Amino acid sequence: MDLVSLLKLNNPFGDDKRHAACAIFGMMNVSGELMPGEQVFAAMNNMHERGNGLGAGFAVYGLYPHMRDYYALHVMFTDVRGKTAAEELLRKSFVLEGSEPIPTRKTPGISAEPLLWRYFLAPLDTSLGEDGEQDLLMDMVLRLNTEVPDTFVFSCGKNMGVFKGVGYPDQIAHFYRLEDYSGYIWTAHSRFPTNSHAWWGGAHPFCLVDWSVVHNGEISSYGTNRAFLETLGYRCTLFTDTEVMAYAVDLLMRRQKMTPELFAKVVAPPFWEEIDAMAEPERTLHTALRVTYAGLLMNGPFAVVIANGEQMIALTDRIRLRPLTVAVRGDIFYVSSEEAAIRFVCPGVDAVWTPKGGVPVVGRLGLIPKPEHASDNVGVCVTACGGYRDAAQS
Amino acid sequence: MCTTGLFAEIDALGLSYSELNQRVRIAVESGARRLVLRNVAGQRYIGTNLYGCADRQGLSGLLLEIHGTPGNDLGAFLDGPTIVVYGNAMDGTGNTMTSGRIVIHGRAGDITGLSARGGEIFVRDSVGYRTGVHMKQYQGNRPVIVIGGTSQDFLGEYMAGGIIILLGLHLKANEPHACNRLCSGMHGGAVFVRGTLRHGSLGHGVSVQPLNADDRQLVAVYVSRYAELFGADADSIMNASFTKLVPATGRPYKQLYAY
Amino acid sequence: MPRKASDFGIRSNRLPEYAVDRDYELCIGCGVCIRQCSFDVHYLDEDHDTVRSRSELCVGCHRCSALCPTRALAIKPNPAQYRAHGSWSGEHVKDINLQAETGGVVLTGSGNDKRAPVYWDNLLINASQVTNPSIDPLREPMELRTHLGARLDAVNIQAGSLDSRLPPTIPISTPIVFSALSYGAVSFQVQLALAQAAQELGTLWNTGEGGFHPRLREYGSNTIVQVASGRFGVDLDYLNSARMVEIKIGQGAKPGIGGHLAGEKVSKDVSATRMIPEGTDAISPAPQHDIYSIEDLRMLVFALKEATNYKVPVSVKIAAVHNAPAIASGMVRAGADVIAIDGFRGGTGAAPKVIRDNVGLPIEFALAAVDQRLRDEGIRNRVSIIAGGGVRNAADVVKAIALGADAVYVGTAALIAIGCTLCQKCYSGKCNWGIATQDPYLAKRVNPDIARRRLVNLVKGWSHEIKEMLGGMGINAIESLRSNRSQLRGIGLTAEELSILGVKPAGG
Repeated sequence: MDLVSLLKLNNPFGDDKRHAACAIFGMMNVSGELMPGEQVFAAMNNMHERGNGLGAGFAVYGLYPHMRDYYALHVMFTDVRGKTAAEELLRKSFVLEGSEPIPTRKTPGISAEPLLWRYFLAPLDTSLGEDGEQDLLMDMVLRLNTEVPDTFVFSCGKNMGVFKGVGYPDQIAHFYRLEDYSGYIWTAHSRFPTNSHAWWGGAHPFCLVDWSVVHNGEISSYGTNRAFLETLGYRCTLFTDTEVMAYAVDLLMRRQKMTPELFAKVVAPPFWEEIDAMAEPERTLHTALRVTYAGLLMNGPFAVVIANGEQMIALTDRIRLRPLTVAVRGDIFYVSSEEAAIRFVCPGVDAVWTPKGGVPVVGRLGLIPKPEHASDNVGVCVTACGGYRDAAQS
Repeated sequence: MCTTGLFAEIDALGLSYSELNQRVRIAVESGARRLVLRNVAGQRYIGTNLYGCADRQGLSGLLLEIHGTPGNDLGAFLDGPTIVVYGNAMDGTGNTMTSGRIVIHGRAGDITGLSARGGEIFVRDSVGYRTGVHMKQYQGNRPVIVIGGTSQDFLGEYMAGGIIILLGLHLKANEPHACNRLCSGMHGGAVFVRGTLRHGSLGHGVSVQPLNADDRQLVAVYVSRYAELFGADADSIMNASFTKLVPATGRPYKQLYAY
Repeated sequence: MPRKASDFGIRSNRLPEYAVDRDYELCIGCGVCIRQCSFDVHYLDEDHDTVRSRSELCVGCHRCSALCPTRALAIKPNPAQYRAHGSWSGEHVKDINLQAETGGVVLTGSGNDKRAPVYWDNLLINASQVTNPSIDPLREPMELRTHLGARLDAVNIQAGSLDSRLPPTIPISTPIVFSALSYGAVSFQVQLALAQAAQELGTLWNTGEGGFHPRLREYGSNTIVQVASGRFGVDLDYLNSARMVEIKIGQGAKPGIGGHLAGEKVSKDVSATRMIPEGTDAISPAPQHDIYSIEDLRMLVFALKEATNYKVPVSVKIAAVHNAPAIASGMVRAGADVIAIDGFRGGTGAAPKVIRDNVGLPIEFALAAVDQRLRDEGIRNRVSIIAGGGVRNAADVVKAIALGADAVYVGTAALIAIGCTLCQKCYSGKCNWGIATQDPYLAKRVNPDIARRRLVNLVKGWSHEIKEMLGGMGINAIESLRSNRSQLRGIGLTAEELSILGVKPAGG
């Protein structure tokens, strides 16, 4: 696919953008221990009602431990000639250490799948350093997606990968044989787009060099955010809110090294009234962030789960117009659109709470997030009549 | 499903919400007046579909006990029955409710009691955003929400009637309530807050008042119900300072327009 | 109570909009005009025993002029206007003065009165000549019956009999439905006339969001009840006493804006119907706070289906806005059985003027684009579409159906039939024609029985004209016109406009 056909495929009616709503879920074992995906599949299945079968996907970290030093690329080819051209371009800057089809199987309800391939890459130039390598990869992905026909890179990063397509989450998991994989972070998405012309690349998660984003909601400031990002060289080709969120993540957290907390202050900043009431130096800092990154305020309802190899971040817009519940159990950090889905797979959570709008909840390797208030820490009551028996236990 | 006389038990495991709610309806139509729903995991609209399946008295005497986590819009449009949840509730609990009672042995999510016009909602712990948004009252119908813990932002937004009682039982000493923009756009009803509010956390057009004797009596009635339901000590709850939030004017926008 | 210049110690500079021209040769000083005008324009000058007028108070409703027994009164645009200017119209100057005097939001009523293109007027209807016969509807069968609601993709037939459960649909005898006019915005008499006319005509009327008056519930099988952001009067009885439930997301006259019924209009009876205390403001928030996204819409659609035990269709009404096609597609997937689209010329009881005149899309474009999108996505047959917002006569109805509507909503036309003269002061509560008021003295000017007859006559007249136009096209069932854009041609339109409307140019 070149850029023109990508636009057409992705946005057949020339809408301002694609509208969609969703279920999102994530779980992270902060000890780094690998987990199979069964809880994720069961949780997504529990939120079946929130999607409409027109897109689902998973991002998995800790996916390729045996190839952890190589950049893993997941690519869709709508025609085999794309593969030849893509590999030719890749070889100009990278060594292809591995190249194989992504294992899939016939799944009822899944059709029109593209050719799905994965590569493991190392840069030819070994002197670039991590940032240089990532920029090289970023540039390569952008070129593959916009200049090489019939090609779309939907995942790139080390020891991680995205699996997505058109279907319900259980169908996509089955199709990609995800029961064969494990990871220490899983994020997942089920989509409810308003158009039926869904295509594989439009599903979530979105992924740019290690970072992945799953998103629920509609960002009313899309046009402004897009204009801001395009000024900085990003090219919005997918016409979704999630794409601008992913570019904002890339710009602020990967390139400008902001912490998740600062990133949240940009995309979901405090109101001016609150900033005015702050003491120094917070007031100057927050004023600087709002003034400098005015074009990245993500206005309107959103809930996102953002991850890279180090952390998983849960965040909603500043007045929390989309639902998001987080929970912890031992070393495991859960995020979900609906609490029921967490409890369905993990009845005995240690704490469960709904984060404040605009305040990120971050699980980092070695660091489990803590509830905001003691009162958030509310387990399930045991009743006199024999107690609470959850579905997962029965 | 087993139905014995006035008692029925339904295992919700694997049922869609429409299947579960249809079973509840059939059980009530067959005369069940106490239903225990087990393994509820996200099924929506429990208690919503009971219109006309029993007479007024029958519906008012109906008790639904939910074990697990009910889905959004629990008891939406509820008119009569009592719902008790042994666990947490999600968003939209008691949405546009008319009468009846919902008791949550845990926490409740966003927009709890949205547009409710009557009935009672008791939440043992805290609530999410926009609880009691646009509640209203009419004649004898006055919705009441009692929250044991604290609340997130926009509690009582657009509130046009009814009562919210926020107890803050889980807060540490001197810890203020979590809520910002409390009662934004309020034009009726009252919110009673036990404990302290953060400076600047009130929405526009709210008047802060001390409780008079009638107010204290009113709050005490619902606090004792809360204590009875969740095994707390009503006297020690009442033995604390309360604040009353009411609209500064019942007509906040009357001077907005020009013509 | 609006803000007034005097609140700020300011004297108003505004010129009167109208001049009252009283012919003193004809005036007999009977005082009818004084009694008829709720805006206190006319008064008796007792010193001279003469009836005089304060032109600056006149709203141009023509009630006095219509009722003057000697035809002595004429209400004319004030000849003394601001200096003509190509950029700054008299209206701009007047509104700036009003806001400089008050600091308020300029309020208006009724529909957009600006010269935005009315695309109906650029569409011409076809007729048969030679190759197929036109039909004479007076003597040959001609069907206008339409079913509103969801449809299956296909029916199963087992051993010759139907083996599918059809979703609930509502047959209406003519594709004209009265649109939402809430009690509070209009008087009880108006709603009673609408309900009775709908019953007599075999069509539907819509309560709007102001509750369902107990005395009107006997017309339930001809009633659409609305669930809007205020949820006024909404309970299980309300939902279960109607033929259709409509979720109101938006209104063409004020997309994205909430509503605010002033406490003065919340009379005892309005209060009982809306189930709010007497004299309090009834505020409808801009959004429904349980719908912040498309999957939330699905949640409310199915909450209503559960609450009514899946017995009635659920409609979702939106204002025509830029992304209407994508939104409509999502609405179908969210479970809506009927989609109602309200164009930006649709009426309102009250809206900020800056919103009414600047936000939204003409219904013609929105309707054509939505119908086309749903066809492209293969889901058009699953829903019915009701189009509204500026349908003025039978030709507009025919054009709307040819652009893809199943039926049309008429509000303003119905009010005109009852007596409305489009003075646009609906928000004031002082409607001299007794329509947009809760003042019993004014409201009784609408005799429900006469209003019913006028409504029935109007719809019958239109229906007959629709049949004549259908017959001319050689069509004898209204469904054969739906989305039949080959029966339309555009005149005076750009290629892009023609393409959005999906019609060929006249002559092409």
